[in-house]
Amino acid sequence: MADITESRIEAQSTARPAKRIKWEHIGDHAILIAGALLMLVPVFMIFASSSWDDITLHREGLQFGFSDDMANNYNAALFEYGGFTDSVNGVTMLANSLILGIGFAIGKIIVGMMAAYAIVYFRLRFATLAFWMIFTTLLLPLEVRILPSYEVITWMNLGNTYTGLIVPLIASATATFFFRQFFMSVPEELIEAARIDGAGPVKFFIDILVPLSQTMIAAMFIIMFVFGWNQYLWPTLITTDESLFTLVRGIRQIMQAYADGSSTPEYGEAAALAIIAMTPPVLVVVFFQSWFVKGLTESDK
Amino acid sequence: MKRAAFGQIGFPILLLIPQLVIIAIFFYWPAGYAIQSSFYLQDPFGFGSTYVGMDNYTRLTTSRTYLSSFWFTVIFTTLVTFFSLAIALLLAVKADKVIRGAKTYRTLLMWVYAIAPPVAGLMGVMLFDQSRGNITQLLASFGYDYRLGVNYWDTAAAMITVSIWKQIPVNFIFFLSGLQAIPRSVREAALIDNASGSSRFWDITFPLLAPTGFFLLIINITYALFDTFGIVDTIVKGEPGNNPMTLVYRVFVDGFRGGDLGGSSAQSVVLMVLVLILTVVQFRFLERRIHYT
Repeated sequence: MADITESRIEAQSTARPAKRIKWEHIGDHAILIAGALLMLVPVFMIFASSSWDDITLHREGLQFGFSDDMANNYNAALFEYGGFTDSVNGVTMLANSLILGIGFAIGKIIVGMMAAYAIVYFRLRFATLAFWMIFTTLLLPLEVRILPSYEVITWMNLGNTYTGLIVPLIASATATFFFRQFFMSVPEELIEAARIDGAGPVKFFIDILVPLSQTMIAAMFIIMFVFGWNQYLWPTLITTDESLFTLVRGIRQIMQAYADGSSTPEYGEAAALAIIAMTPPVLVVVFFQSWFVKGLTESDK
Repeated sequence: MKRAAFGQIGFPILLLIPQLVIIAIFFYWPAGYAIQSSFYLQDPFGFGSTYVGMDNYTRLTTSRTYLSSFWFTVIFTTLVTFFSLAIALLLAVKADKVIRGAKTYRTLLMWVYAIAPPVAGLMGVMLFDQSRGNITQLLASFGYDYRLGVNYWDTAAAMITVSIWKQIPVNFIFFLSGLQAIPRSVREAALIDNASGSSRFWDITFPLLAPTGFFLLIINITYALFDTFGIVDTIVKGEPGNNPMTLVYRVFVDGFRGGDLGGSSAQSVVLMVLVLILTVVQFRFLERRIHYT
């Protein structure tokens, strides 16, 4: 019985395939376009609004079209000094975000590669112990131990320093695991050949393993750069000195200006700052898409 | 460890030292400190602390604000996880199917990954703003009086919507790569056997995607618990008041605003236990997956 109905359905579908497939395709594209718009429209509205004056935005909300205040808003967001001490502007925050993103990514890659190399390529008695010690850090995100971490940093007098900003974020072993997995997949023959040729561990690492890992390093760099750039909670706690604010940290200042509600908030400037804060990581992810996807899908397994 | 490993002892220790020192100072020390101070009551002026045993924990179980945050977190996590997974799965299945423009769709659907949660939160505030938000105005035209920051569930809805939006790209990337890993032969066999697209999806694709889905479930729960901090903080504009709050946000508020180190630490420990449970579940499952495939 089931066979009969199934074959009938098949017969039907082969009878007029062209038309059916076409409609199905239109449906698929419609869903994908709707999804793409869902992602795009809110950001486009912020972008369009960054070209309007504060009063229009205050009265009418975000805009769909463009006006002529774009230069003004971006100029204010980038070059106008603000904050309580007038010691920070957009360019400073941009520089700090770059320092945090790049410093974090490079630091994490170097520390992670070294540790992974030691764990994978050496006969160490306590390698398993070190592995588990490092592994445990994957379990608890910084958010969970935020208050004690803050106390430790203040105790070490590292508040309001780049070291205090960057190094504690490195204390999770994602990169170590990523490289450990990659090193495990590198053929054994390579190290055997290297040893026959008389290459020591340093030479093997620098001349063979690092060049082999280039794609992995690139992928990890992109993910870690975006992760570092987008940090919010830790910079909020650790930097009270405005000259150390990152762009994402600066968003919090905007929100507090909103909450005060004393004067008309600078909506145009806020929208411009949001666009500036998202542009670098978005560009990195879009341009290095294939590395990024590779790094993301292979690191989390 | 490799079969053919180097024999040195000093060099690998040197290589491990930076990683071990960093995690000792910035991971084990704070984590231990959190566990320790969860058993102490801190003097608000910082003049010392007294051992109070489990008091900080029992205080949590009776605190109405903590319990309400707990239940809010449960609802928040469930909704964010479900909707971001469901929407991403739908989009990934469609993106896997289309031939024309597949790459463009992938780019358009994944780039939001790079936007920081608080930036997404700022956009949310502008869209849902009480008087001039575009979505508020849209809802008003349907006769609904939306009040961000005033009405508890209105605020919650904004947090949930923004959190879902922000998480769709990650889920989409993983689902798509999971779909693309399904061998062509399996797809073709399914195509021959099954006439209807929906039964093909539920009988073949969905079970094959289950490992990806389960992995993503854990990732999404972790995201909803921890990474939404920036969204919550921007949407309540740093002024918690009577607004809905996730557990992580409460750790922050009680610890830094309330100056309650003991209570905040006890909350941290509760979260640690939660994450440990999630991880154990994940690893038991991953082990099983390795056995069967």
